[in-house]
Amino acid sequence: MVSWVKRDANSITHDPAALPRFALATLLLILLWPGIQLTEFDPGVLFDPRNRETMGRFLGTFLPLALSGEFLRLVIKSTLETLAIATAGMTFAFVIAAPLSLLITRSLSIARIGPGPGLWLGRLLRIPVRFTLMLFRSVPEIVWALLFVRAVGLGPAAGVLAIGITYGGMLGKVYAEIFESGDTRPTIALLESGGGHIAAFMYGMLPVALPELVSYTVYRWECAIRASVIMGFVGAGGLGMQMELSMRMLNGGEVSTMLLVFLLLVVLADGISASLRKVIG
Amino acid sequence: MSLKLEQVSLVHPNGCRAVSGISLRVDASERVAVIGPSGAGKTTLLRLLATALRPTSGELNVLGVDPWRLNRAALRRLRARIGMVHQAPPIPLRQRVVTAVLGGRLGSWPLWKALASLAYPVDIIGARAMLERMEIGDKLFERCDRLSGGQLQRVGVARVLYQLPDLFLTDEPVSAVDPALSDRVIGELNRDAQARGVTLIASLHAVDLALHWFPRIVGIRGGEIMFDLPPVRISDDMLRDLYASESAVVPTQTNLPLNVPASGIRRKPLCS
Repeated sequence: MVSWVKRDANSITHDPAALPRFALATLLLILLWPGIQLTEFDPGVLFDPRNRETMGRFLGTFLPLALSGEFLRLVIKSTLETLAIATAGMTFAFVIAAPLSLLITRSLSIARIGPGPGLWLGRLLRIPVRFTLMLFRSVPEIVWALLFVRAVGLGPAAGVLAIGITYGGMLGKVYAEIFESGDTRPTIALLESGGGHIAAFMYGMLPVALPELVSYTVYRWECAIRASVIMGFVGAGGLGMQMELSMRMLNGGEVSTMLLVFLLLVVLADGISASLRKVIG
Repeated sequence: MSLKLEQVSLVHPNGCRAVSGISLRVDASERVAVIGPSGAGKTTLLRLLATALRPTSGELNVLGVDPWRLNRAALRRLRARIGMVHQAPPIPLRQRVVTAVLGGRLGSWPLWKALASLAYPVDIIGARAMLERMEIGDKLFERCDRLSGGQLQRVGVARVLYQLPDLFLTDEPVSAVDPALSDRVIGELNRDAQARGVTLIASLHAVDLALHWFPRIVGIRGGEIMFDLPPVRISDDMLRDLYASESAVVPTQTNLPLNVPASGIRRKPLCS
């Protein structure tokens, strides 16, 4: 007969998960409070008359938009440069993330079935890979950019490297989590019938995870566009560099034109993501 | 000797004892049906034989070797020779049927062939042949999410037929298939196993199917073997005892009472 070491499930009348859930919620609230204190978050500052006046004056210059032919040409050139940085950076990030994410995905471990030979070796090998991904993403892209600006000089190359490394770390981690959160039975069934890691991944895991992978990757590409703008502020080229010049001269019209371009880029990324998802179904 | 279990037990990490001291010997080319109420340990037994679970204690021998004494490469080669049909077909719904069937040979194909087959299916004829035996040859290029539960389950069987395993393990392979087709599917599995001289172990919910198709029936309950006999020697009382916890009804395909002559000899053809 089936025997239970734990308490008989039939004799429990209350939800056994209620107390841990309540305790966790309370703990989160307790942890949140010092965070609010530490950051000196006070929405009142926004409505202080002096701040309101400065901000109002700058915002007032946002209209009309700067639409002179010369400036628009400059914006188009910088936009293309920004897109190029983001796309090249994402490609670089993907090249880093794809193999590393496979290495740290536990469901792709053959030794875990049983468990069989090599279980500890696999676990040991995953630690440095995880650590590498953490190292890549723990340093903000702007810091990597500052580093690379010194190494490869001012210009887009520094932005590409910075995005590639930081986003490689993020993509690798999230890809592995997407792989794990989907239905892993197809993959494990293939491993159980003698399939190799890569074959099982291609036949069992990728078809399950593909829509999530695509939408996360396109979303990250959208983030990379914004990141490349920020890195432009430190000399990594693109729209950001232009934005910084206009901001410094308090030229609101130029700033708002470029903000409009950002909005269009986000709309573009959203459209690409939606249509790709539709294709994959 | 194809399979040998000696006092094999499996205790799950939560303390639940799924299989308890089972001893069983199955020769090559034998065909065995495993019956018993739900939760009896049928799936666990099959997963132990499939080397998907490792016994907590006891000795296990599959296709002449102890799988858990093998190194990684040898264990993979052994697994490629074992074909398991799962009750819930482990097939990505977004995959095409042809890819799902060809996936059966991932264990024996080199990686380049597996990858090439994703670009263009390398064995359309072979995949179609297996699907036709399951009467779904027309679904070859459909996506799996367009199939019904019963059709998908037959894709799962076609995949394992395509694998050409030396040991068939099937875990309620027709639970979602209607009775006439169930007979066809179990028949195909039996024919394939007989033609190639390989072992077939099938857990079945419908007792009439088991008694009709298999020369040897193993009844298990609570993780223990209750009887291990040819169908002619199984009495109604034995079956009633086996299913005593399931409101004393012996499950059949149609949920009608098991219709057998008083002598207890069960040779009634299912579909004439």
